[in-house]
Amino acid sequence: MRPFRLAGGSRDHPAYWAFAVHRLSGLLLALFLPAHFYVLSRAIQGAAALDAVLAWTEGPLVKAAEVGLIILLAAHLTGGLRLLAVEFLPWRDWQKTLIAVTAGASLLIGLGFLINVA
Amino acid sequence: MADMASMLDVSVWRGAGEGRFVSYPVPRRENQTVLDVVTYVQRRLDATLAYRFSCRVGMCGSCAMTVNGVARWTCRTHVGRVAKDGRLRIAPLRNMPVIKDLSVDMAGFFAKAARAKGAFRPTADRAADFAVIAPDSPRRRRADTAIECIGCGVCYASCDVVTWNPDYLGPAALNRAWTLVNDERDGGNRERLAAVAGDAGCHACHSHQSCMERCPKHLNPTESIAGLKRATGLAALAGKL
Repeated sequence: MRPFRLAGGSRDHPAYWAFAVHRLSGLLLALFLPAHFYVLSRAIQGAAALDAVLAWTEGPLVKAAEVGLIILLAAHLTGGLRLLAVEFLPWRDWQKTLIAVTAGASLLIGLGFLINVA
Repeated sequence: MADMASMLDVSVWRGAGEGRFVSYPVPRRENQTVLDVVTYVQRRLDATLAYRFSCRVGMCGSCAMTVNGVARWTCRTHVGRVAKDGRLRIAPLRNMPVIKDLSVDMAGFFAKAARAKGAFRPTADRAADFAVIAPDSPRRRRADTAIECIGCGVCYASCDVVTWNPDYLGPAALNRAWTLVNDERDGGNRERLAAVAGDAGCHACHSHQSCMERCPKHLNPTESIAGLKRATGLAALAGKL
């Protein structure tokens, strides 16, 4: 068997990296959803239960993880918009530039959030 | 002139599905293509090496191989461009069964062109006059950008969706279907759109764009497949699928 190669192989180009980021961010966001629903479900148990979880989310580690979450969300959103542009708009060479735009926008949104919480 | 002091370290896949890389020393020459290297191995070092080529000038599409991990047409790939450190690792194309060494069985690849209804379906007979199609009409221009495929299989070998779903029609077959969807003389589009709309058709494409990245003719099968996605979507809305 010949080995699976990412770097240096036929997958080593920006559009494939964009796909990998989109897929990975989608999977991680799907994993986050149950935790999100759990926090919301605390509200049913009353204000105290919800406040207890919300107090826990004020911790610096959770805040740091939140920044990562925002970047994942932004990457998945902008990546999805990019795909829509690739598949629904007539092809233009600037569509390659879209990958850089999505990466930049995701990072900006993440940093913006970081400044807000810091 | 051969500079005998400068040798290439060439490892070539030998065997079929089960096999191994075998190392051969090949003299480095100026203006040497990867196909020249493989031919040197077969003519001078080991006559049992199986590989395929024909025109040597990038027209026939028969000499594609995996060179240092990337599918390429070997007759138009200069050694200097892919073997910066003097090493070449030459393997058969991915996604196709290996017959022996560097020769792959392309029967499934070509069968998919037929399954995607890649054959022209005429609407006129020989008594009819020439179809007059303006060179700058939108459909003619869309067909033009996709029409130069030489069937080398590089896109098909580079496509991960083909690896994941062996039934997937693949970039070349779908690109061919797109040229016919835009051919005003063709009358087979209803069947063609139905053929490419299935689970193994255009909607399976993830837009990795490896086909576009690797196509030696600089075609853009991703764009063609996106066109098919729109055309099949519109046909479905119109109840014609």
